This record gives sequence, C-alpha cells and structure tokens, in this order.
Amino acid sequence: MIKEMENPRNAYGETLVELGKKLPNLVVLDADLSKSTKTIMFAKAYPERFFEMGIAEANMISTAAGLASCGKIVFASTFAVFATGRVYDQIRMDVAYSDSNVKIFATHGGISVGKDGASHQMIEDIALMRVLPNMMVFAPSDANQTKKIVECMAAEYGPMYARVGRADAPLIYKNDELKDIRIGKGIQIEDGDDISIIACGTMVDQGLDARNSLLKEGIKVRVIDMHTIKPIDKNLIINCSKNTNAIITIEEHSIIGGLGSAVSEILAENNCSCKFKRMGIQDMFCESGEPDKLFIKYGLSVKDIVKTAKKMLQ
Amino acid sequence: MQSHEDKSVIKLNLIAVKIRKHIIEMLFRAKSGHPGGSLSAVDAIVALYFNHMKHNPKRPNDPNRDRFILSKGHAAPALYAILAECGYFDLKELKKLREINCMLQGHPVCKNIPGVEASTGSLGHGLSFADGAALAGKLDKRKYNVYVMLGDGETDEGQIWEAASAASHYKLDNLTGLLDRNFLQIDGHTEDVLRLESVRERWSSFGWNVLEIDGHNIAEILNALKETEKHMNQPSMIILNTVKGKGVSFMENNIDFHGVPPNELEYKLAMRELDALQRKLEASL
Repeated sequence: MIKEMENPRNAYGETLVELGKKLPNLVVLDADLSKSTKTIMFAKAYPERFFEMGIAEANMISTAAGLASCGKIVFASTFAVFATGRVYDQIRMDVAYSDSNVKIFATHGGISVGKDGASHQMIEDIALMRVLPNMMVFAPSDANQTKKIVECMAAEYGPMYARVGRADAPLIYKNDELKDIRIGKGIQIEDGDDISIIACGTMVDQGLDARNSLLKEGIKVRVIDMHTIKPIDKNLIINCSKNTNAIITIEEHSIIGGLGSAVSEILAENNCSCKFKRMGIQDMFCESGEPDKLFIKYGLSVKDIVKTAKKMLQ
Repeated sequence: MQSHEDKSVIKLNLIAVKIRKHIIEMLFRAKSGHPGGSLSAVDAIVALYFNHMKHNPKRPNDPNRDRFILSKGHAAPALYAILAECGYFDLKELKKLREINCMLQGHPVCKNIPGVEASTGSLGHGLSFADGAALAGKLDKRKYNVYVMLGDGETDEGQIWEAASAASHYKLDNLTGLLDRNFLQIDGHTEDVLRLESVRERWSSFGWNVLEIDGHNIAEILNALKETEKHMNQPSMIILNTVKGKGVSFMENNIDFHGVPPNELEYKLAMRELDALQRKLEASL
C-alpha cells in the first residue's frame, strides 16, 4: 500500500498563516531559514508581523521574549540543532525562567535530516528542552497532528518547544480524528495486549508498520503516539505497563534524556513491573546518508522494532 | 540664585545618594552581591525613573509605559532600590535581598517583581530583549521608548552585537542603550581583558547614533536622553563615562568591590561618606 505523504513543515507554515488571520498578536521570527522551516508562508501573508533575524539565533530567542513581554504570541523557528543547543542559555533565562509566551518550533530534528550529517542531526533537543522548568515539549508525528499541535501551542500560554523532521511523513491521522487532541494526553492509535510501542514524531509510523508485521506472527501490539513529551502522560504509561507485558519506546533522539527517559522515570517511580526497552540513538553521533539507510544502520528500522519486540516477549 | 532646573537636578542627586545608601545597606545585610557596578549605574537609572520615563508604579503593566531593561543584571540592587523608592513595592523588601522565601532575587526576575521587565544576570541578553520590546512598540504604533543598560564588560558577549545589528536594521529609534563605561570587569581593566576601544566607533559602525557623556552628571544624562528621543531612524547609544564604585571613596575604581559586599567597618565608613554628601546636597537646596 502506498502511503499518503505530507510534509509537517508545510503544515506548520500553513497553520501559522491560518492562525495569523485569527490572532492579530501572533508574530513569527526566523533565522535565515524561513524557506526551510516554511515560516516564509507567514512572512508572505503578514510581512509586518514577520521578523527576519538573520543568522543570529541567540538574538532571535531573546528578541522573541521581548516581543512576548509586550503581549505577542511569538513563534521562533530554525533547525532543531540551532533552536536548542546553540541558544540554551537564551531559552533558559528569557523563555523558561521568565515564563514567557514564546513557542520555539524547530524543523530538521533527528537523523532523518540525512545527508547533512551529524552536525545537523539534532538528537539531544528533547532532552535539553525537557529539563527546563516551565517548558512543554512536543514531537508531532504527521502533518495533520502538527497543525493541531501548533494550534494548541498558540492557544495556551507558556514556553513551548516542538520539533518535526525534514522529510515528508506518512499521514497517520485524518483531521477529524484529532479534534480531541490535548496537550499532555498521548494517543492510543492501536490496541493490543502483548506489547506497547510508545513512539513520538517520525517513529510513530515505524511503530505502526512494526505492529502490522508482528500481527502476522500473532503478536498483538498497542501503539501509542506520545506527541507531548512534557508534560508526559503518566496514566497512559502506567496503563500500558499493566495491560501489556512489555514496553518499547522509540524516538529519533538519543536514548538519554528523551521520550525513553521520560517513560522510564514514570515506570520506575510507580512500581511498574514490565519489560522495558528504549530504542533510539545509542549515545553516539551518526553520519551522512539516506534517512532509510541511517535508520537501518542505527537501529531504528521497522525490522529492528520487530526484532526487539520478539526478543522481549521470548 | 538657583534656577528651577538646578534645583531639580540637586533633588535627583539627593535621590541618587539615597539609592547608594540603600545599595550599601542591602549588600551589607545580604553579605553578598555587587557593589561596584551597582554604584556606577545609579545616576543614569535615577534620571530615567525620576525625571524622564513615562511610567506608573500603580500600573506596572501599562502597555504604553516606557520600559527599562537592566541587561547588566548584577546591578540589581540599584534597580530594586529605585523601583522601591518609586513605589513599585515596599521599601521593606530591600532588607530581604537574596533571602530565602523573599521576592528580591540576587539577579532581576520579571515574573515576580513588579517593575522588572526582563530576567537578567546571564550577560548579553538584555539588548536583544529590548529590541523585541521596541519592535512590538513599532508594530503596535505605540509611543513608548525602550531603555536598556549594558555593562561595558558585558559587551564582550557576541549576542550584544547580534542585537546591535538587528536594532539598526529595524531602525529602532524608540530604543536607547546606556553603556555603563566604568572600564572595569572581574578580571581587570576592560582594555586588558578583551579590548573594547574604540567603543564609540564600534557602535556607530553598527549604525547607532552615539552620544558620550559624564555618566554621573544628571543634567548631562537628562539632556542626552532628550536628544535621543528626538533622533529618528536609528537606535541611540549613550556612552556613560562612569566610575565603578562611584560615591564611596574606597570602592571607587577598586575591582575588589565588583562582587564583594562591604564588611562592617567598610559599611560604616561608606554610610558616613554618603550621609555627609546627603547633608551637603540638602544644604544647597
């Protein structure tokens, strides 16, 4: 079956334009990557409310906070690697500590950035943002969910970080399936009582493919789309531990500090006794290459998930 | 006979002495904090809050207020004392600087302290924040001005120059910087640590309207502020030639008092000097 593909970045740009119509106090900043992050759509629709900040990300983040202090809802965008690690101190002081209404929306997260190599493959951003007090963290899984998450980000007050990948992504949801989406509430896409796959971002689709393969072998898999990594959906995680025999987390991120860590913290502190495995980048930098080949080499392919699931259920 | 202006400047000088006394008192009580850079910054901030800016302590969130951002956040005692004297919060709070369960944090926090616009203390952010507030003013066609005080050592930070570029690119003539040029930073003289000169040329080459004045002469400060208000299409930078530790003889130009509070003897000596200055000013009114 050929999957319907759509780019989450386009969904971001289009949603900003729609929101711009409804919210006169919405402003958007970018750091010389508006064509890639798709904030250029907003720049064309509302040039007076778009601020090109040049290749100066630190200034962009603190300027965003200054705008927010005057009642603006501010979206600031660039690649995930520049939107977090490069400007950690600016986000910490001016956004998180100041509880500022700044929304950092990053694209090109994870290793599916591909050929640009490890310099541009951000695998620590979720960890960096998750440790910041006041900060909420999202990793939407398809274009339609991206639209909904962006709407939630604009509607609710507070510092927020979201990341999507570079590539087109298979559509997982129809729009009407997402009308009840809530910050901090994971979505159980499929049920099964053998094993739970808790995934975020691009890995949700891989999880669904793994489920189909495993089903052929009689293994029933529950698939959770954990679009909000902070605040994490504690009850859903505990429920998975009670109603399935094992949990796998999978993310296009280091296994340290991201979704896997967030889930393991909940499991460990709530006396949840089930088998548990974090899948993600194994504490290393990756390399240039086609996204599919990188997923295979670094253990994030559907086959790897299937293999891991079977091993855990042995 | 004194003119009306002379008298009002003397009154502002008196307020500045009062603020300096608060600072010494606060740091002595807190047993930590930054006297040198707080004392050098006082006169300009007093001029802003007590004679120049449009602001109302009863309405700290008025969208039309002028904004002041203390980018050199370690001069927090100066800002806190001035905000308290203006009436943003009770003077009693000053006695609890840096105490647990109290409002006044070691460095400014915008979230919980009335009148504080930006959380600072990590150097180099405030000018960018001020750019944002000035951009919002332009966008909303509001008439307010944004003032931001930078330490001279602080301008070692690269982010300052990103923000300097952006302010001139966006022609933020509603933005005025005040550079506390006291020539000292923790590791020594600014020109030995990381050369800044020529400061004036640097800022003008970034597209700023630059003025240079005596940063302890309140009449000069007020004139400069009026001038920058009239200047169009460019942000302005007022270089305030100042003395670190200004107002307390043994703290002046003494780098040891960058981040060390006065001990009991030093506290008494400092208060004695400031009291004497206060009496002299009062007598001249």
